[in-house]
Amino acid sequence: MPSTHDRRVVVTGLGATTPVGGTTPETWDAILAGRSGARTMEFDWVAKYELPVHFAATIHTPPSEVLKKVETRRLDPSSQYALIAAREAWQDAGAPEIDPERLGTAIGSGIGGVWTLLDQWDVLREKGPRRVYPLAVPMLMPNGPAAAVSLELHARAGSHTAVSACSSGAESMGLGIEMIRSGRAEVVVAGGTEAAVHPMPIAGFAAMQALSTRNDAPEQASRPYDVDRDGFVLGEGAAVIVLESEEHAKARGARIYAELASVGMSADAHHITAPEPEGSGAARAMTFAVENAGASLGDVVHINAHATSTPVGDVAEYNAIRRAFGDLTDDIAITATKSMTGHLLGAAGSLEAVLTILSLYHRVIPATINLEHQDPEIVLDVVTENRKLPDGDLLALNNSFGFGGHNVALAIRTY
Amino acid sequence: MAQSEQEILEGLAEIVNEETGLDTDQVELDKSFTDDLDIDSLSMMTIVVNAEEKFGVKIPDDEVKNLKTVRDAVSFISNGLG
Repeated sequence: MPSTHDRRVVVTGLGATTPVGGTTPETWDAILAGRSGARTMEFDWVAKYELPVHFAATIHTPPSEVLKKVETRRLDPSSQYALIAAREAWQDAGAPEIDPERLGTAIGSGIGGVWTLLDQWDVLREKGPRRVYPLAVPMLMPNGPAAAVSLELHARAGSHTAVSACSSGAESMGLGIEMIRSGRAEVVVAGGTEAAVHPMPIAGFAAMQALSTRNDAPEQASRPYDVDRDGFVLGEGAAVIVLESEEHAKARGARIYAELASVGMSADAHHITAPEPEGSGAARAMTFAVENAGASLGDVVHINAHATSTPVGDVAEYNAIRRAFGDLTDDIAITATKSMTGHLLGAAGSLEAVLTILSLYHRVIPATINLEHQDPEIVLDVVTENRKLPDGDLLALNNSFGFGGHNVALAIRTY
Repeated sequence: MAQSEQEILEGLAEIVNEETGLDTDQVELDKSFTDDLDIDSLSMMTIVVNAEEKFGVKIPDDEVKNLKTVRDAVSFISNGLG
């Protein structure tokens, strides 16, 4: 069999259910309009548990409005979001005809089925073991969303789940590239999902002082690079893309949004949660992604940054970008779409990949909102009004970093 | 209060509908849970536990394998209710 290692991998379908829209087009329109998905949580548990954070970027369109009742009953919300996004992506790709043994899935999640786990723990304590739902385990397992999508599409080339906290979604897309390049699959449905707007993770993130507490102005709370940023805004949802070998996509005349040119990955091995302050690990992920895409650093025109709006994290990523690109940094247009979507944890990288793909496809970079006074320590060209991109071949990066020291950079090229 | 077999059938059909999405009118007395309604063992356990709660009867785990048709389940519940 000839080597498939140099095969180009292209994106032919997009799907997303997010805090700002129930579909990819709705999400993209909201992002271009600068709309925030952060809102006050109207759940009784916010007051009941005296949570210090009263808002989150909750899902725009509840799955109950989209899925069958039996699906919402038998799937954890993390799998529900993934299924909604995967169905959209698959239809958007034109539901390609493909031998099931050449079709794979890779859907990441940072936390997995936390709602199911904790609901069923309550059932056990209150009603006993016989009342625990027989599907509790497959619902709570982090590979549940990948399995649900695999079942839905009869994908048999392999079903995978990257679990690397907030880089899970991007890492899963990287797995998708490698599945196609290794020759194991021709088409891969890849992305990330997260449904962790639940009091326990909120309390946990709040305890580590990672969350913004701007309770009186949720829409202004996620403010990457701003001097007054005070933490991230928890978000939820899923984003999924259809990846395809270039030959396969061209042979069937598919619309190609962009090329997912490569993935760069590294580990900090520095601290369980804090990023390595000099950013050397993150920089290596970025430079590897660029070089592995057959490009040079000067080709990168845009980065959709991880930029969660935490005081430490945004500076560390800046240092990493400066370390990787040196003076070329000043020529790169940076945006932080978490300013609108909040931080979708294991779905963050996949959503931002979708937004980067659309930025290249439509040749417009969406603005970062809430940036009033840029942190003087962060010397970046941050886009604050939607900015047109020029014609020609362009390369962009999408950064994702996760607790545990995971660094993932996706390189995306116009097609 | 005693419930008629018809009432039990209707209640059971609602439980099956909620767990599997099958229409309630498909849940007929002569239907086999596995062969006709395509209900797997995991779903069957949920249906049994929910039926216990709804009808206030006890259905022992080793009895579940004997409940092959909807009629078997309705009869068992009806007898349990005395």
